[in-house]
Amino acid sequence: MLLRIVWVLLASLLASACGRPVETLVVTGSSTIAPVFGEIAARFEAVHPVRIDVQSGGSGRGIQDARSGLAQIGLASRALTAAERGEGLVEHLLAWDGIVLIVHRDNPVQLLSRDQVRALFTGAARSWAEAGGGATPVVVVNKAEGRSTLALFLEEFGLDNADVRADIVAGENQQVILSVAGNRGAVGYVSIGAALAAERDGSAIRTLPLDGVSASMEAVAGGRWPLRRPLSLVTAGAPAGQAAALIDYALRDPAAQALLEKHYFVPAAR
Amino acid sequence: MFPPPGDGRAADRLLALLTGGAALLGALLLAVILATTLSGAVPALGSLSEALTRAHWAPLDGRFGMLAMIAASLAASLLALLLAAPLAVLLAVWLALYCPLRMQGALRALYELMAAIPSVVYGLWGLTLLVPLINRLAPPGANLLSAALVLALMILPYGVLLIDSRLRSVPLAQRQAGLACGLSTWGCFRAVHWPLARPGALAAMVLQFGRALGETMAVLMVAGNVVQLPDSLLAPVRTLTANIALEMGYAADLHRAALFLSGLLLLLLAMALMWRRPGGA
Repeated sequence: MLLRIVWVLLASLLASACGRPVETLVVTGSSTIAPVFGEIAARFEAVHPVRIDVQSGGSGRGIQDARSGLAQIGLASRALTAAERGEGLVEHLLAWDGIVLIVHRDNPVQLLSRDQVRALFTGAARSWAEAGGGATPVVVVNKAEGRSTLALFLEEFGLDNADVRADIVAGENQQVILSVAGNRGAVGYVSIGAALAAERDGSAIRTLPLDGVSASMEAVAGGRWPLRRPLSLVTAGAPAGQAAALIDYALRDPAAQALLEKHYFVPAAR
Repeated sequence: MFPPPGDGRAADRLLALLTGGAALLGALLLAVILATTLSGAVPALGSLSEALTRAHWAPLDGRFGMLAMIAASLAASLLALLLAAPLAVLLAVWLALYCPLRMQGALRALYELMAAIPSVVYGLWGLTLLVPLINRLAPPGANLLSAALVLALMILPYGVLLIDSRLRSVPLAQRQAGLACGLSTWGCFRAVHWPLARPGALAAMVLQFGRALGETMAVLMVAGNVVQLPDSLLAPVRTLTANIALEMGYAADLHRAALFLSGLLLLLLAMALMWRRPGGA
């Protein structure tokens, strides 16, 4: 009896395995986008006869793989260059990634110039006095090497990671937020969505305006926020078939938009 | 009720096969883990001497010195053990010999609960309570001391429970004999309990140290994670485990191999620790 059940199970397993072949889409690229795109792809797979293989390996690889055809979709956390567009690559804007500086809620400093930010992060300013914030010692919260927020922050402020004199190195956005919330002299930077959500939930942090613009999802979506970068899906020429359907799903479906916001990105469709 | 005489041998064989198979599976899994870690580390083996002798860790520039992180891992774990082990002995002795019987069960359950709390919860507690407190004394507050304190709290229950179970396993007759000889509870502890429980206490400390060495999440949240040699209790440090957790998701090629190498070092260190584990508890 038992043996018969095993045989039936094995036979049905074989039958399903030998069923009609399923199309496979390969998606490679930016480690910033890969986690959220993996979740979006899983939702898409559930309702479409397609297997999606999402691999993280950097924007460069995503663009290269899309160009060479190794991947149907490349993930890029930067805008395409004119040369890349000239080669026939097409970018589909998925979302914006914005970064904001945060301080402790009780820090009297309301505004930091770019020079002041540089002075704080390089250790030239060891006390908040120079920014008008009393004699509290500065505690710099930096991100770990390899994180995309670190790269964007350094690039925007013209810094090298070796110049940053960090007191605390954190991985996730939440760790930065908790570190700043527990420390009156702390300054750090996180994804804008994460900071706004924490502020809303009563965390003891405050977002700082940048270049006179106060932090908001609208400012990021509208392009007024300076510290932002596009997250795009890259294809060689116009996408077709399931790849086109997946891109359409990622850009427009409410479930995909919710996933993007869950990862603290600002959906481009906003 | 009982199986007929002939079946006993078959059952024995089955049991031997099952238990032997389980033991083999365990050993096999460890071998697979070791082999996987080793093969992941192979591309970085060339920089092994740099890893062990240099403290400069800058993976984006191809610098893979791990000395600072090895030192931080050892310092945090040793410090935690120094704090937790004596306290664990005291608590276990009190629990087994002095504590009112009515409270014993509840207290043991409490320590078991402490041992079962996920490490990320200890980390959150440290980050939201302990670090701000220490920050008032010495900014940034996330440092070697915070890491050691959180680790000490985490490994304390392992020590208490293990030593307590050793003390309780002392045969009642021996204890009664000691008491009959007119020994006080303290005298009885010294003459009867401690000689029997000492190997277990040492085994407990090795286990505690290993546990502290391998802890990742809690340390990641409170240690500050700046790569530098731990020259002060109040200096932020990064442990090997925290480094793997921070960078693995983003590492590629040689950087990834270097992280595997640091994992291999941890594994070898843990194996060396357990090799001659006293008492074998």
